[in-house]
Amino acid sequence: MADPERPFPPGSYPVIVIGSGPGGLQVAHELDQRGIGHAVLSADPGPGGMFRRWPFFQRLLSWTKPYATPDQGSRGFERWDWNSLLGGKPELRGLQTQFMDGSSDFPSRPEMEASLTAFADRAGLNVRYGCRWESTAHEQAAAGTRFRLTTSDGEYECEHLIVAVGIAEPFSPPTPGIEHAVHYADTRAAESYAGRRLFIIGKQNSGFELASGLLQWASRITLASPSPAKTSIETHSLVGVRARYVQPFEDSALGGGVDILSASVAQISRIEGALRVDLKRTDNGMPVSLEADEVIAATGFTCPLLDLPALGVATFGQSKLPAQTAYWESATVPGIYFAGTITSGASGLKKHGIPSYSGAVQGHRYNGRLLVERLAEQRFGIARPRPPIALGDLATHVLAEATNAPELWHQKAYLARVVSVSADDGIRDEGAMPLTHFLDVDGPNAVAVTIEADGQGAIYPVAYVRRDGKVDEHTLEPHPLHDFEGAAYRKQVGGLLDLIAPGASTA
Amino acid sequence: MATRDEIADALAGMTLFADLAAPQLQGVAGRFEEAFFAEGARVLRQGLSGSAFYVILDGDAAILVDGEQRATLGRGEFFGEVSILLGELPTADVVAVRPMRCVVLPGAAVEGFLIEHPKVMYRMLQAQSRRLRNANRARG
Repeated sequence: MADPERPFPPGSYPVIVIGSGPGGLQVAHELDQRGIGHAVLSADPGPGGMFRRWPFFQRLLSWTKPYATPDQGSRGFERWDWNSLLGGKPELRGLQTQFMDGSSDFPSRPEMEASLTAFADRAGLNVRYGCRWESTAHEQAAAGTRFRLTTSDGEYECEHLIVAVGIAEPFSPPTPGIEHAVHYADTRAAESYAGRRLFIIGKQNSGFELASGLLQWASRITLASPSPAKTSIETHSLVGVRARYVQPFEDSALGGGVDILSASVAQISRIEGALRVDLKRTDNGMPVSLEADEVIAATGFTCPLLDLPALGVATFGQSKLPAQTAYWESATVPGIYFAGTITSGASGLKKHGIPSYSGAVQGHRYNGRLLVERLAEQRFGIARPRPPIALGDLATHVLAEATNAPELWHQKAYLARVVSVSADDGIRDEGAMPLTHFLDVDGPNAVAVTIEADGQGAIYPVAYVRRDGKVDEHTLEPHPLHDFEGAAYRKQVGGLLDLIAPGASTA
Repeated sequence: MATRDEIADALAGMTLFADLAAPQLQGVAGRFEEAFFAEGARVLRQGLSGSAFYVILDGDAAILVDGEQRATLGRGEFFGEVSILLGELPTADVVAVRPMRCVVLPGAAVEGFLIEHPKVMYRMLQAQSRRLRNANRARG
């Protein structure tokens, strides 16, 4: 009899998922719902992934607005809830709202962890906790590639490997003297920095999170990295330092004890009773030196992919993200897929410099669902629903999706809602799919609608019309209240739909 | 390839960035983002808005107009700047013909970057002039 506390004993499974953070849990739930045989393995003692530890200063960067719409179990509510996983049943949806005390729309770290734990419990997800993935091998068999995993509990085999281990391994650059710095991951309790002069390497969110949290404790804070820091308000996107952490910018602008430098760190050295940091400014090449009591490397994290690069998984960037197809399969080793924050390695078209929002739960939860939907269809013969749409409802459907669809609003210019039109099949709702997949794979006449942003403040729908194998992009006007269901939009979209479904504008 | 230092080192060997000192290269490396494209992946798309400026770190790309190959590009070469400078949609597809690594700068950031780095702008102008001369020669 299998131990219910330790499901998924070593053996062979069609799909193996590694990780029990939000990415792993979402994928596990999707596999469960489709009845696809799998095992979920996690080195952690319980669900939650990074939210078991981070962020330090107790509140997330992602909000949930419990009163945005009356029905917290609806699909529409997902647009206003960045934190809950996607439940197959209404009672599993919008769970984050049940774990917030009303003091902020940003849940605290323990509240997020509680919501993820509740999702795992109530959805009845099985995970083999305390099982550490140690190494990977693959072999070509007649039936295709098989992966063999060595874990702390024994050997596993699978055809499809879904890696959801986060971007969790602390990274420090090889700067001379970096051993005198501690990594962000090892930051101590805030009060232990009382009266200390703090130097923070890195001007991303983690650096500014520390600076914000330590403003009342540190005697002085300096942040430095080679490139200028930008805020999300300036980039009109989630790129840049989030608004939650702008206070250090104001302090710096007012000369109030925070300095923000564009400089590279040449060396960190120990001097009597302190650390000396030698910098070179990137704007004019001039040297700058300062003394600090503490140096913290807020220099990011990499993906703990273990030996996957040796198997041929190509990685890129400072975080060593795996290069991926639009559907989050390794671009170089078929059969290895990714879920969770790692899917930010598939950045899509990055129109106007804005990547997918797969680095956050509100983005990657849809990736997990679509990955399993595709795997189910391609590998397990489980067709996804493709409901028919009446000609007279077509324009209404497209504009309602543009106005309300959480997938489109959370994954701007990455996920599209697609409707196909063909003589055999009529008009079909193809659901959501990655835009690049729609653009790269030929198919019947179709329209794909996305929500996009230009990085200057405008947000608008874009319709991609595929006719006889050729795709044209049609950008719609922004609306001051983001309501794309009015007469002007009906007219424009109706005209576009007429190209592939004659009569759509008048039916 | 991965860290900013490694990207700065790679850029240092390219004509486009040949006039920049080490700290400036670090700044450039932090400003651009690295991207990987598998063989056959489309990098730039003809007729699609919101494109970017690319410099090839490693690998080769083909330039296709209406599906017809016009030229190839390799390490140290760049693309995407024409549509950005002219404010028009790209008139060609660029496709990786083998696995390719690039550094990428969003279109909206290109003007500011070039104005801050006039030496890079001058090198880009030289490369464009060379392309124009060769095109004129080819035309006879």
